[in-house]
Amino acid sequence: MTTLFDEDVQSDHVARHSALTGPSPASQRELQAHLVAHGAVPVMDAHAVVQLAVDSGLAGHGGAGFPLYRKLEAVNASRGRAIVVANGAEGEPASAKDRWLLARRPHLVLDGLQLVARATNATDAYLYVNHRVPVTTLMDVLAERRRAGLDPVPVTIVAAPDVFISGEETAVVSHLSGSAALPRFKSPRVTERGVRGRPTLVSNVETLALLALIARRGAAWFRAMGTADSPGTMLLTVGGAVRAPGIVEAGHGTPLTDVLGLAGGPSTHLQAVLLGGYHGTWITTDGFASARLSRPDLSPLGASPGAGVMVALSRGTCGLVEMSTVMSYLAEESAGQCGPCLNGLPRIANQLKSVAFGHGDRRAVDEMLRLGGLVVGRGACHHPDGSMRFLRSGLRVFAAEVELHLAGKCSRTSDDVVLPTAVTR
Amino acid sequence: MKTTTASGPRVVVDWTACDGRGLCAELLPELISRDEWGFPLIPDPTVPASLRDHADRAVATCPRLALRLSST
Repeated sequence: MTTLFDEDVQSDHVARHSALTGPSPASQRELQAHLVAHGAVPVMDAHAVVQLAVDSGLAGHGGAGFPLYRKLEAVNASRGRAIVVANGAEGEPASAKDRWLLARRPHLVLDGLQLVARATNATDAYLYVNHRVPVTTLMDVLAERRRAGLDPVPVTIVAAPDVFISGEETAVVSHLSGSAALPRFKSPRVTERGVRGRPTLVSNVETLALLALIARRGAAWFRAMGTADSPGTMLLTVGGAVRAPGIVEAGHGTPLTDVLGLAGGPSTHLQAVLLGGYHGTWITTDGFASARLSRPDLSPLGASPGAGVMVALSRGTCGLVEMSTVMSYLAEESAGQCGPCLNGLPRIANQLKSVAFGHGDRRAVDEMLRLGGLVVGRGACHHPDGSMRFLRSGLRVFAAEVELHLAGKCSRTSDDVVLPTAVTR
Repeated sequence: MKTTTASGPRVVVDWTACDGRGLCAELLPELISRDEWGFPLIPDPTVPASLRDHADRAVATCPRLALRLSST
């Protein structure tokens, strides 16, 4: 089976759009390498940093695409000493771009964290990272920065637990406050009352790394890439049936076929592509062929760039088997706090399993959609909503495969499952 | 998320707190029914003025403090 996480950049032909992956994909973990590649962060006051976020149009890269400046302004409108968090939890098994950034560009992330600390007059900063990230290496990075006087606001590294929703904003705040990493009711917002009750900015590590580059090169540089609506570039984790799976960087608005091209292009005939990960959307190869990597372009397909996960599914694999594996995983990953999700997702996963593995009938298909109606919009976080987006889009895209299964057949030609669900469990 | 054009408060559920005890559905059946697991089903959360008192009572009576009125 091809590895999804050959954590390497395939960026030979992205010269025009290599903000984060340039000038070469080599590691800039050593401070010297970082400074040679990017220079120092210019000195700027809080207002200047917020203005930079406004002017650049920088939006979040954790999946929701929320404008950074609005979070900054919300924190600044709240009372109390602020806390800033670089979110690299990356609980999504099919994503590796945040781990790539922390391995290759940790100083950009930490520069960005200091910039948002400046913008919010924060007194505490956290670097919240995926459980597979070597924390001791990051501690060395922090020590080197401290010696160089680069981190006026002290940074604490915290490892996220190995759960899918560990990076959900309120789960991050709960964990950093000393509780389990569980989502909570969304009111009040974390920008008002977050970690230990203090105003908190939680921002994805890629967003912060981009801010660190924008501080050096200016908002106009950032806006020269991407589209008017979605300026700049994004990192993507491209996996499945491509020749060179791994991390790529592309400007917003890039045709999706070109993004696959950055990962070496399809390794065989494709039947569908999953965009946005396990809370994302399946799209057909036809839809894929004309789509571009931007929120407005993808919205007619019911999709979004999300956190940049793209998995190509070849013919000869079974979309239902793939989905069943993932839905069972997502059901297990329910935090178990909200009744509809706790009760609904396992039953939905079981109905899907019965169809995927050959003894389900049409009533099972109807039942999973009915149960889906009972879980969507009825949780503290978007886990049920995202899980159903994944399932519903897949049932449409794999409609022919559903009919095959109801007739007792399956188009699978190998026992391999492409979508990862238990990378290190 | 269902969007409503009518103004006025909406009943919202803190799903992490709700245990499906069902008092809200008994006190505010005009707006709230229960799903097959006992959790509140609220097709339209907007509270009309005529039901405001009943909604307030349902919010105050929830043993899990899971029901709230939201003005936004």
